[in-house]
Amino acid sequence: MNLKFKTFTIGGVHPDDKKITAASPIQTLPLPQIAVIPCAMHIGAPAEIIVKRGDKVKVGQIIATAKGFVSANIHSSVSGTVKSIGPAPDASGYTKQAVTITVEGDEWADGIDTSPDIRYDFDNIEQQEIIKRVTENGIVGMGGATFPTNVKLSVPLGKKAEAVLINGVECEPYLTADHRVMLEHSEEMLIGVKLLMKAVNVEKAYIGIEANKQDAIEKLITLCPKFPGITVVPLKLKYPQGSEKHLIKAILNREVPSGRLPIDAGAVVQNAGTAYAVYQAVMKNKPLIERVVTVTGDSVKNPGNFLVRIGTPIQNLIDAVGGIPENTGKIISGGPMMGKAITTTEIPVAKGTSGVLMLPESIAHRKTAEPCIRCGKCVDACPMGLEPYLLSAYSKKQNFEQAELNHIADCIECGCCVFSCPSNRPILDFVRFGKQNVLRIIRSRKN
Amino acid sequence: MSNILTISPSPHFKDKPTVKSLMFGVLTALIPAFCVSLYVFGIGTLLTTVFSVVFCVAFEWLITKYMLNRQPTITDGSAILTGVLLAFNLPSDINPGIILVGALVAIGIGKMTFGGLGNNLFNPALVGRVFLLISFPKQMTTWPIPQQPYFDAMTGATPLVLIKDEYRNAGVQAVDDKMNFMDMFLGIEGGSLGEIAAIALIIGGAYMIWKKIITWHIPTAIIATVLIFSGLLWLIDSSTFVNPLFHILNGGLLLGAIFMATDYVTSPMSNPGKIVYGVGIGLLTVIIRIWGSYPEGMSFAILIMNAVVPLINRGFKPVRFGATQTK
Amino acid sequence: MNSVIAISIITLGGIAGLAAIILYVVSRKFKVEEDPRIDEVNEILPGANCGGCGYAGCRNFAEACVKDMTGKFCNVGGADVMNQVAKIVGAEVSAPDPLLAVVRCGGSKACRPKTNNYEGAETCAIVSGIYGGQTGCSFGCLGLGDCEKVCKFDAIHINPETGLPEINDEKCTACGACVKTCPKHIIELRKKAPKFRKVYVSCQNQDKGATAKKACSAACIGCGKCVKACAFEAITLENNLAYIDSQKCKMCRKCVEQCPTGALKEENFPPRKPKEPATAPQTASSTEKPQNQQPTA
Repeated sequence: MNLKFKTFTIGGVHPDDKKITAASPIQTLPLPQIAVIPCAMHIGAPAEIIVKRGDKVKVGQIIATAKGFVSANIHSSVSGTVKSIGPAPDASGYTKQAVTITVEGDEWADGIDTSPDIRYDFDNIEQQEIIKRVTENGIVGMGGATFPTNVKLSVPLGKKAEAVLINGVECEPYLTADHRVMLEHSEEMLIGVKLLMKAVNVEKAYIGIEANKQDAIEKLITLCPKFPGITVVPLKLKYPQGSEKHLIKAILNREVPSGRLPIDAGAVVQNAGTAYAVYQAVMKNKPLIERVVTVTGDSVKNPGNFLVRIGTPIQNLIDAVGGIPENTGKIISGGPMMGKAITTTEIPVAKGTSGVLMLPESIAHRKTAEPCIRCGKCVDACPMGLEPYLLSAYSKKQNFEQAELNHIADCIECGCCVFSCPSNRPILDFVRFGKQNVLRIIRSRKN
Repeated sequence: MSNILTISPSPHFKDKPTVKSLMFGVLTALIPAFCVSLYVFGIGTLLTTVFSVVFCVAFEWLITKYMLNRQPTITDGSAILTGVLLAFNLPSDINPGIILVGALVAIGIGKMTFGGLGNNLFNPALVGRVFLLISFPKQMTTWPIPQQPYFDAMTGATPLVLIKDEYRNAGVQAVDDKMNFMDMFLGIEGGSLGEIAAIALIIGGAYMIWKKIITWHIPTAIIATVLIFSGLLWLIDSSTFVNPLFHILNGGLLLGAIFMATDYVTSPMSNPGKIVYGVGIGLLTVIIRIWGSYPEGMSFAILIMNAVVPLINRGFKPVRFGATQTK
Repeated sequence: MNSVIAISIITLGGIAGLAAIILYVVSRKFKVEEDPRIDEVNEILPGANCGGCGYAGCRNFAEACVKDMTGKFCNVGGADVMNQVAKIVGAEVSAPDPLLAVVRCGGSKACRPKTNNYEGAETCAIVSGIYGGQTGCSFGCLGLGDCEKVCKFDAIHINPETGLPEINDEKCTACGACVKTCPKHIIELRKKAPKFRKVYVSCQNQDKGATAKKACSAACIGCGKCVKACAFEAITLENNLAYIDSQKCKMCRKCVEQCPTGALKEENFPPRKPKEPATAPQTASSTEKPQNQQPTA
């Protein structure tokens, strides 16, 4: 196939993509014995728990309701008895409110279509109905940012969406969860895209896929004619193309103005996994209770992609690939560029857990930071066109005023600066710290 | 779990280049020029380079260890690079004592006074060279004639000195007749040991751009500016001003544009800044060469622009994503 | 020749005179009336510009004092300085109780095992923004010394053996800089008792007893024994954590004897004399008991 590849213009880096599990089909992980379902799996306010200790719950039954506009419902991913409600450690090492359920059997709540048949009758569903089902079923962005999908689908007054962009980029090295979903659930995903297009009332959708997923690109291109309005856009390999802003730049050649949202560039961006979840929520009435997680690492015995219930301990996933390799020095929830290093494998899989990555001791450690030689590699690499070395220095000195003037709030924390720094400097550590403070200052100024 | 897990903030991946690998990358890129010099000037090239490197590394070690009481930083390769670049800016038959002074000034004053690698305002090798040029003008401006034995070599002037002198006597035409561009391109000419062979320097530059050690902005900006500026003058009056190609191929211009001006520490951070910096160096070089009292203007131009770099960094920011549409 | 000298003198003298006139006029016109007492007060103040008083620096504090003394106090200078300031300003000192910074975390390296190894920028502020810390306790000291860096009086240092900050009571001026800096809020300004005596709960852990104890052997497990032992209602228990109000505490130390984990601490007291043989076994047995009682805690 003769393809023309697009990409974004400013900055970016090329980490080794290491897609070890690209060819491993999705396997279903057996149910855990105990599921710990955190109440804060999305950006925004944590959901409010509505079950009590000792309650019997079914799969798909709502156990916590959205609190506020930016929030999401949470459903039980297993059937059984609520063992306890209380703080449990999450990926950050802090304890957060969670519901712990002892698993008994696998009984699904009423109204959920569990049959494997694909439903094509998406034309009959009204726009409001789509958004309502997405909201009820607690769908959030599955790429990692976990922004509630219904909020993104509610286009603010005075703004107009022109196209839906589907993020099938998966620019993080190692991760292949979206890749497998696009390949194995292509039609369902495309139906999901059609539903998203209807929800925001647009005629066009573009699916951006990076060049290292040739099979998915080809399969989707052949399926596209069945779903008018959807175009597959092959993209060059470049990190961080999966960032919303950079995907819009790559596909539509539009820049989201600094400090604004994708909708200001007329685009609604959704992850490929989210499109699949939207299909399930709308057509099958199935809440977001399971997701595909890539479990991988260079020395992992049987790395693979697993369909796993939310709340399953990460340890179960690790057991499924043959345990933690002897030389492991760091375990990451997510990809190597933006994922979080975790302290314990007892933490549960959450809605945003896209991968579990075990890095060997040899690359797990930071090298000693040397003096900045002002080479400008961080400036060249920064996809937002910022000056990381400068922001880092300002943040270190807590000069937040200057940091703000130099647009620290634009930072997307992609890590290109640290990746490219020859002096191993912890640039992003300080920039992130500065950004948190600047955002806090900006918020307090508004109030 | 057998061992305690490591936690660090993202990203958990790191690109390969380190300070050391970048420094040695630049050294690799200097090899072709060194080889040509070795062929042209013989053993003098080797001796001068070795002396210079040894002195620079020794001074860096002594200063970090005994004056700053720090861990010596000589392993990062930056002192070696300073040594080689200093040597490349010296005549190949220069007295080792002068090299010693140059190395002390380069490392001691040019680099360590500011706090070592990363903090110096001026290119250390050029600080050393300019200090020597002012202190030992005679020794610094008499170059051995190519392909002579080291110990009793004849000395001669470089083409740049020739035009300064000859042009006053016989006019530019006389100079033009004497010049052979092909020799300049291949390096069969008088001059400091590293600056003679245009082709070797260009190969080194291409290697560095290919390896992503430097970006194209600075060398291109300098060369283009010199070409355009001296070209304009030449078009206006070709009897007073020499061929622009002469400026490009001669003296330290290519060495300066590719290896000295692109020094990380003393060049701007952003790409627009790099272009401004390159244009500044190009203009100053031509101005000094044509109207100044020194035949060579590259080192002064780079040092002057080095001083302006902090300002360039403030004034010329990189192109920001999403900045265009906010206004 | 003479004319040259004369011209020089006249020209230079003229310029000098003109400049003097301009300077005089300008200084007259733009003269700022400032209360001379501000300078006097500023002279007396410690001049550390620590910001503990709530003003940007000592001079700002001096200005504020001259305006109105009520409620203003420089902890660093203490009562002596403030009395002198009061004399200059001619007002009363409203001296609060003298305070002292106290580190409320006892999770030394020995009793709080490391569960992971942090690599990154070495500041508490950044670590606390990223995750819970290098031990199982996400409430305790991170040990990277932001407090040490911020202290202007060299009064707080991380003890490399315990990994915890230690405050030099003599040097501490209660300026509060460390209190503000600590992202875990483990440093508190408490009422200064004679001879720097202290009785306090050296823990911040709000986890349930069993979890807290698992992460740190010196954690407060919220058993409530101290609350019962206190005759002055100075101790409260909230979120599985005891707290002693330093205003109410009479330093009787009864609570310290009761604490099963050693989270309750007494400092700078003379060694206990009388019940030496009796207390020793009692504390030993009490360390075992509460583990059985944890569910009720």
